[in-house]
Amino acid sequence: MAYATLADDLREFHHPKTWVGKYVWSQDHKVIAVQYMATAIGTGLIALVLSDLFRLQIGFPGSLSFMTPERYYQFITMHGMIMVIYLLTALFLGGFGNYLIPLMLGARDMVFPFVNMMSYWFFLLAVLVLVASFFVPGGPTGAGWTLYPPQAILPGAPGRDLGIILMLASLAIFIIAFTMGGLNYVVTVLQARTRGMTLMRMPLSIWGIFVATILALLAFPALFVAAVMMMLDRILGTSFFMPALVSMGQQLGYNGGSPILFQHLFWFFGHPEVYIVALPAFGIVSDLLSVHARKNIFGYRMMVWAIVIIGGLSFIVWAHHMYVSGMNPYFGFFFATSTLIIAVPTAIKVYNWVLTLWKGSIHFTVPMLFAIGFIFTFINGGLTGLFLGNVSVDVPLSGTYFVVAHFHMVMGVSPILVVFGALYHWYPKITGKMWNETLGKLHFWLTFVGTYLIYFPMHYLGFLGMPRRYYEYGQSALVPHSAHMLNAFITVVALAVGVSQLIFFYNMIWSYFYGPKAESNPWRAASLEWQTPETPPAHGNWGPKLPTVYRWAYDYSVPGAPDDFIPQNVPADGLSRHHQT
Amino acid sequence: MGIIRQLTEKPWLVTDRGIVEDIDESAFPSAAPTGLWVYFAVATVMFSLIAAAYLMRMGVGHPGEGLDWRPTPKPPLLWVNTAILLLSSIAFQWTRAAARRGEMDRVAIGLLTAGLFAFAFLVGQLTVWWRLADAGYFLTTNPANSFFYLITTLHGLHLLGGLVAWSRTTAKLWNGFEPAEVSLSVDLCAIYWHFLFLVWLAFFYLMLST
Repeated sequence: MAYATLADDLREFHHPKTWVGKYVWSQDHKVIAVQYMATAIGTGLIALVLSDLFRLQIGFPGSLSFMTPERYYQFITMHGMIMVIYLLTALFLGGFGNYLIPLMLGARDMVFPFVNMMSYWFFLLAVLVLVASFFVPGGPTGAGWTLYPPQAILPGAPGRDLGIILMLASLAIFIIAFTMGGLNYVVTVLQARTRGMTLMRMPLSIWGIFVATILALLAFPALFVAAVMMMLDRILGTSFFMPALVSMGQQLGYNGGSPILFQHLFWFFGHPEVYIVALPAFGIVSDLLSVHARKNIFGYRMMVWAIVIIGGLSFIVWAHHMYVSGMNPYFGFFFATSTLIIAVPTAIKVYNWVLTLWKGSIHFTVPMLFAIGFIFTFINGGLTGLFLGNVSVDVPLSGTYFVVAHFHMVMGVSPILVVFGALYHWYPKITGKMWNETLGKLHFWLTFVGTYLIYFPMHYLGFLGMPRRYYEYGQSALVPHSAHMLNAFITVVALAVGVSQLIFFYNMIWSYFYGPKAESNPWRAASLEWQTPETPPAHGNWGPKLPTVYRWAYDYSVPGAPDDFIPQNVPADGLSRHHQT
Repeated sequence: MGIIRQLTEKPWLVTDRGIVEDIDESAFPSAAPTGLWVYFAVATVMFSLIAAAYLMRMGVGHPGEGLDWRPTPKPPLLWVNTAILLLSSIAFQWTRAAARRGEMDRVAIGLLTAGLFAFAFLVGQLTVWWRLADAGYFLTTNPANSFFYLITTLHGLHLLGGLVAWSRTTAKLWNGFEPAEVSLSVDLCAIYWHFLFLVWLAFFYLMLST
């Protein structure tokens, strides 16, 4: 659109002149990507601090004077919601999606740059509405991140007055924002690929982001409908989800609504959401492993098909989150079966990652360390998923720390490790500077070992039957002394891991100003984003002519080639680049 | 190229596949239609989930008192509104054909007619609301009413969004944009109108049959 009347010299056309036009009201996908990343990470920092605060309450009850039971529930609720939606979803799709899609596909920008800009500003509005709920009377909602009615909107639930309204409003705004962005990502992948960039030549990062975007576009409407209906129940007194009930001695005006209906809508969104976060991580980690092992990805086509199959299956497993809500045993059987089937394409991906490393020339760079760390945490979290996917095993473990351990491993730590790996990997391209490697490695080891020490012991707490979400355990035979000690240990490690993230921020910010200038292709990678004429890429990305693609993004260590990598825009004769880019 | 063939090609081979030298690298004429169809998928999921919630909520009641669902009456005006929305859709289709032939005078008439019918539909829906409320069928009186108001609101908001696109198309025509560009806008509006008519038809059928 922006280039509809593109003249020969790109520079004459549509380049913002002012600082505000360039960095604030920007329609450049790279600026929007950085805006998305900064906002998402900033919001994520709030969630990180919240988690350390409530961990203090769990490990050392009563150590924080302001930590009332209400605050505790508000903190765990906001921690979960922010991490899943405002950090991970926004960062992978709004951040990396925006940055990588046009650059990896050889496009100048997204196809609807204005809509793309609006997407970011709506996202920022959603974040502001969410954060505002900390400052309203009664504070943010403490209903748990699943916001189950009826308790979410009943008197007695923390933040019932305004917090829940702001939360639902923020979610609705976020979904509108995402839909604008998501339309862009999908249509750009479908329409704006450069010459020669067939679907099967796209790097796996793009496949992961593309399929995750489709999932999000089809899953978020469920959350939107649920949020709107719950808002009506809360403000206008309809009875979509609210059954007839007596609250604090008073018969409320609700009648006949179905809380289970909300659960179905919520998890129809909630389960694909897991893969909305996981698929971009799968894609990106495939690229990191291949580049830093100097080897083509093992089973590229299988990897693509697995992403697509996992995406499809993720829509028919949602009720495995509801085994204890009560359902027809045949449904339970169906959902357990479909859940376990997902393990097949997922296992294919894990094998292919390992086989990519097999006999590769593994460089233990910082992004590679994070990528290998991901394989460990993901296998760990995935295996416990097999436990929880079975109804009979899930029922006793449901609501215990085993579940907390499982989902933090599989969709907390694993995607975050990929996020870090990806940030280290593409930082030189985004900023044109290089970070400090020693600090990066220190950050990796503290984060990887630290998170393992946090979440691995939680499996044992879960087997002991220790329930999650409790404000205080007190003295009971159910929770032995050793479990209390383990809890205190986890809290100490969590604080250390939280503080150690400062190393990352210091490294990123310091390097931006004082770091050495980065080469345009420091990892000697073959995919297109590293072949831009300028680093960081200028507005329009490619100079006067778009690149032409002749091969896939994984030509590493090709026998007979002069270099150990061949960029995608090098033609078959191999010696000269078709376009000097 | 079929999707299966695309997804089974061997990416590790170095070929000139997919390289068209004279593509226009700056314009994506089919981007907007593709975006619209993707949006239809999003909206279809949303409306389908509301329909699913509608059917599920019908079957839930207050323990011991049976089902609490009492169908909302369907005033005859709803049939009139349906006919008006159909006329709006037909007017758009007629405009679309005129735009393709480049008959800009007819496009102007067609756009105006389609827009007026759309406004008339919205006024008609508001009248239905007003009559139902007058007769005591409020939002919270019964879940059937809640769904009726929710569905008509969401559908109406989508039509309002369409009217924003309609006004921009009209402005393009007024400001003498290229016929091809006007034609594309009219095309997109017409497809969107047909989609909203089908959505309304589906919900009207759902409400009549339950």
